[in-house]
Amino acid sequence: MIKPTVREKKVFGFADVPEDTSFEAGYLVSVNSGWRSIRPVVSTEKCIGCMQCYLYCPDGVISIQENKAVIDYDFCKGCGICSKICKPGAIGMERER
Amino acid sequence: MEKFLSGDEAFAEGIRLACPEVISAYPITPQTIVVEKLSEMVEDGSLDAEFIHVESEHSALSCAMGASAAGVRAFTATSSQGLLYMAECLYYASGGRFPIVMMNANRSTALPWNIYGDQRDSLSQLDSGWIQAYAENAQESLDLALMSYYIAEHKTVSTPFMVNLDGFILTHTYEQVDVPEPEQAKKFLPPYETENKLDLDNPKNMAFSAGPDTNYIFKYKEHAAMFRAIPVIREAEAKFAEIFGRQYTGLTDAYKTEDAEYILITLGSIAGLCREIADTLREKGIKAGVLRIRYMRPFPAEEIAETVKQAKAVAVLEKDISFGNEGTVFTNVNSALHSAGVTVPAYNFIGGLGGRNISHQNIIEIFEKIQSGTASRVNFIGIEEGENS
Repeated sequence: MIKPTVREKKVFGFADVPEDTSFEAGYLVSVNSGWRSIRPVVSTEKCIGCMQCYLYCPDGVISIQENKAVIDYDFCKGCGICSKICKPGAIGMERER
Repeated sequence: MEKFLSGDEAFAEGIRLACPEVISAYPITPQTIVVEKLSEMVEDGSLDAEFIHVESEHSALSCAMGASAAGVRAFTATSSQGLLYMAECLYYASGGRFPIVMMNANRSTALPWNIYGDQRDSLSQLDSGWIQAYAENAQESLDLALMSYYIAEHKTVSTPFMVNLDGFILTHTYEQVDVPEPEQAKKFLPPYETENKLDLDNPKNMAFSAGPDTNYIFKYKEHAAMFRAIPVIREAEAKFAEIFGRQYTGLTDAYKTEDAEYILITLGSIAGLCREIADTLREKGIKAGVLRIRYMRPFPAEEIAETVKQAKAVAVLEKDISFGNEGTVFTNVNSALHSAGVTVPAYNFIGGLGGRNISHQNIIEIFEKIQSGTASRVNFIGIEEGENS
């Protein structure tokens, strides 16, 4: 699974701004997890690696590693869809401190 | 081949020659015939395009944008309420620099509900970032269908293009039209190629947000591209004349203005009648001229000022009113005159709203009023003096 990595934000001058509204794919300059009030937590004992959470996650922050769901907390917004969709009940939602 | 066609039919013929690969449109009077004809052409195989039936005008233009973002030539058409309904998408298409062509049948806007022609629909969208042309007759409609793609898709322009046809007066009136051969059209209009597309070999992030630091640079570049359309319009017309033998006149179309003392500025199908009356007046010794604006965006400010600077008075006749101010064409013309230091008195004549006829006599009276100096700054044709305050 290829995921963009966070890069240093460039300073864009006049010439750097493209004519059309398009730019190279995967130009990622910041994390956006600051607004999360609850976080999904995966129980590796219960997770069967069915990939349903991977498919449903609206932000694409779930990857399957060694047959278990892994959440990227830099980009998870805490919506809870993964927890709702998880049939084995492997993903619980915990309050952020 | 010479054919007897309505404005709508002529435009559809022009689009068939332009070979768009995706057509997404929703029918609305008086544009419906364009959509019907194109769907028939797709059905009978004479136009190799995907015809996508959409549920609204908002979707029609969104769909055309998707096609354009996939790198293909796209077409849509609408009118009046439909144009207003797709207004949000107009700005998306121009900001995304998708060179979509749209035909708009100029029609009044509700309320009161009315299907007849005036130009308030498209003129309300002058700031949406689309090139706007106004056709005078069916032949020019067909020719603009072809030229619009050439201009919109030009690498230095890459801006969507709206061709306006006066509702009913132009869309539904039959005229003799020369329909070029497909081989000729291919010589004029090359296939669409762009870098501004979804491409697996060169993945791009498209149609994103841009914060205050860069947003205005995008907008500046959009503005600059619109001005770059001016030489491309001339280039397109020169190539068009070479292949098809019909020469157009750029952003404006001047008739007997060189020595004219009284010039009527207008746009769209009414211009023919205005020229006829200018001739009648000239027989009586009144030096009348007509300046038809072909393009409202990019706006031919310098051309207009240059053309009318020697005149004694100017009238701007338009089927539009910006409530609480004056006609928008008049505002644009006045700004052009002021910027160029031209001090010719200019008067605004509002007529034809909701399809009301602008008669022969009405136009004679416009010339009489500006000649005698009895015109008000803004005049409403057919509304009596005294009521007009």
